[in-house]
Amino acid sequence: MRKVLTGNHALSYGAKLSRAQVISAYPITPQTEVVELLSQMCASGELKAKFIKVESEHSAMASLIGASAVGVRTFTATSSQGLALMHEMLHWAAGARTPVVMGNINRAFAPPWSVWTEQNDSLSQRDTGWMQLYAQNNQEVLDSVIQAYKVAESLDLPAMVVLAAFVLSHTSETVDIPAQEKVDEFLPTYKREYKLDPDEPHAFGGLTKPDNYFELRYKIQKAMEKALNKWEEVGEEFEAFFGRKYGLVETYKVSDAKNLIVSSATIASTARNAVDSLREKGKKVGLLRIRVFRPFPAEMIRRILSSVDKVIVIDRNIGFGSSGIFCQEVKAAMYNEKNTPPIFGVIAGLGGRDVTSKNIIEIYEDVIKMEEPESDIIWKDLKI
Amino acid sequence: MKLKIPEQEIMSCGNVACQGCGATLAMRYALKALGKNTVLTIPACCWTVIDGPFPHSTVNVPLFHTAFSAAAATASGIKAGFEILGKDTNVVAWTGDGATYDIGLGTVSGAAERNDDILYVCYDNEAYMNTGNQRSSSTPLKAWTTTTPVNRPKESHKKDIISIMAAHRIPYIATASIAYPEDMIKKFKKAKDIKGMRFILVFCPCPTGWKYAPQLTVKLARLAVQSNLFPLLEIENGTKWKLTKKIAHPKPIAEYLKPQGRFKHLNKKDTAEIQQIIEADWNLLLKKIEK
Repeated sequence: MRKVLTGNHALSYGAKLSRAQVISAYPITPQTEVVELLSQMCASGELKAKFIKVESEHSAMASLIGASAVGVRTFTATSSQGLALMHEMLHWAAGARTPVVMGNINRAFAPPWSVWTEQNDSLSQRDTGWMQLYAQNNQEVLDSVIQAYKVAESLDLPAMVVLAAFVLSHTSETVDIPAQEKVDEFLPTYKREYKLDPDEPHAFGGLTKPDNYFELRYKIQKAMEKALNKWEEVGEEFEAFFGRKYGLVETYKVSDAKNLIVSSATIASTARNAVDSLREKGKKVGLLRIRVFRPFPAEMIRRILSSVDKVIVIDRNIGFGSSGIFCQEVKAAMYNEKNTPPIFGVIAGLGGRDVTSKNIIEIYEDVIKMEEPESDIIWKDLKI
Repeated sequence: MKLKIPEQEIMSCGNVACQGCGATLAMRYALKALGKNTVLTIPACCWTVIDGPFPHSTVNVPLFHTAFSAAAATASGIKAGFEILGKDTNVVAWTGDGATYDIGLGTVSGAAERNDDILYVCYDNEAYMNTGNQRSSSTPLKAWTTTTPVNRPKESHKKDIISIMAAHRIPYIATASIAYPEDMIKKFKKAKDIKGMRFILVFCPCPTGWKYAPQLTVKLARLAVQSNLFPLLEIENGTKWKLTKKIAHPKPIAEYLKPQGRFKHLNKKDTAEIQQIIEADWNLLLKKIEK
């Protein structure tokens, strides 16, 4: 069934189709519509889930970790300050190996107050042990929630589906809503191996000395490494079921490209238009969109980037004191390669400033004139 | 009817608590009342350590460790998980006073306002004992802790958590003492069968933090009740207050204060002031008690 949905409602439908059993959330702009629709779905009985209307995001995550430890499927959504307040429990979810799935709407941090999009909220959760996936349109938002459960539950890792504030969250697009029976077939009920069960009592998360803690961390890393293949595998399986293909990354016109633009989320979808325009002018440019950020698909990125002349990474985020975060990751992935092209890091669109196709063409034309990067950051349209 | 205390010990005898720990007695009695169909969630507190390091656990019921401020919310989530699976399991948040009175108060209030079907227990040892006795908002007036040194002991009153919980009008609130196990077990059994949020505050003296000889734990817990410092009561729906233990001749508070190193610096005037506060609090309480 095709329906016109905002990115927010695409998240709600994703959770509903995945038959989330416990939902727990706290409102924050621009996420509120996600939980409003889910509240209605729960109230009408359309979705048979327990919805805990918690008093903070910290409690939202804490309650879902508890529910997930019992062995049920859980969902929440948040944004920005809310995600930051959850931070302690994000580590807890990963450490407790609870496959909670969450939608995060990228919104810039205060102060000063902003409600517009920027990726610093989710990217500052980079090392919490959560998988992170950046969607480029509302169809992908819905589809990614379903896939996220499949990957998360197979490896006992939590997963975050990330979308841009307003650019997706409040923008309506046509979205194909898959049939429930098909989703049920694709995504069976969650079965947890080690769970809270009075018939088989165990203690979870107690004081663990250095002789065991180290290996538990190793296991999280191993699960993350396995997740690389799993996202690809689940993406292919999803295509067989629903006809839409997804992977760790998406490439556009890269086969004969001399230069590549690398970006994520909605800047990457806009960059596709920019690539088309530049191609019309005879420029051999392609696009690499990084969809899954954690685990980071370094090997795949190396394969794609090692054969080009120049790479331009556009970041809608900043690692203060360093540079754009996707750019840092791409550079780190390329460091030991023999044929590493120069990597130019551009920061654009902070605090939700528009990044249009025209802007991306300008970025390309300005950067491509340079032989080597003159600094770690090239600021797009800085007014000072 | 005479109460029979269940003989079955759910908690094992081995644990890593300090000698004379009141909080271990509290767990032992609570589990006797609640039985095996119980799941505990414990935030950062003494019990994080008492239960034993991985892979040991002394409680013999499922235990989920959680973050300091997160016990009530974690319990709500665990309960929601069991509810959606159609399982009727007692879900208990087992917490210290730091988690309840301070860092987790918002979370406790949230669960209470929603009337989530959990039993929330605070074993109150009146300071951050697991980190070495720093003051909490449960620390009594004039007490010494490592952050309220003797030249400037605690300057504010102990927070009245019971009235705060009563203001939420949850179905059941009780105070309990390890010195009165029959009363305590009765309350836990009663709480177990009530739907909605239940809150039990268990008074648990701490020899390590309060600086007294470990064999005095039960005696001090009893003196706290006998001097009306810690009345044993029940509150139904936040409005029906009832004493479960009436003290005919309250003992002077000096008897309770004297053996404790944390009150060693008090002079006669201080003791008299504390005595007056207890009497004033008691008179306020009597106004709430059902005749």
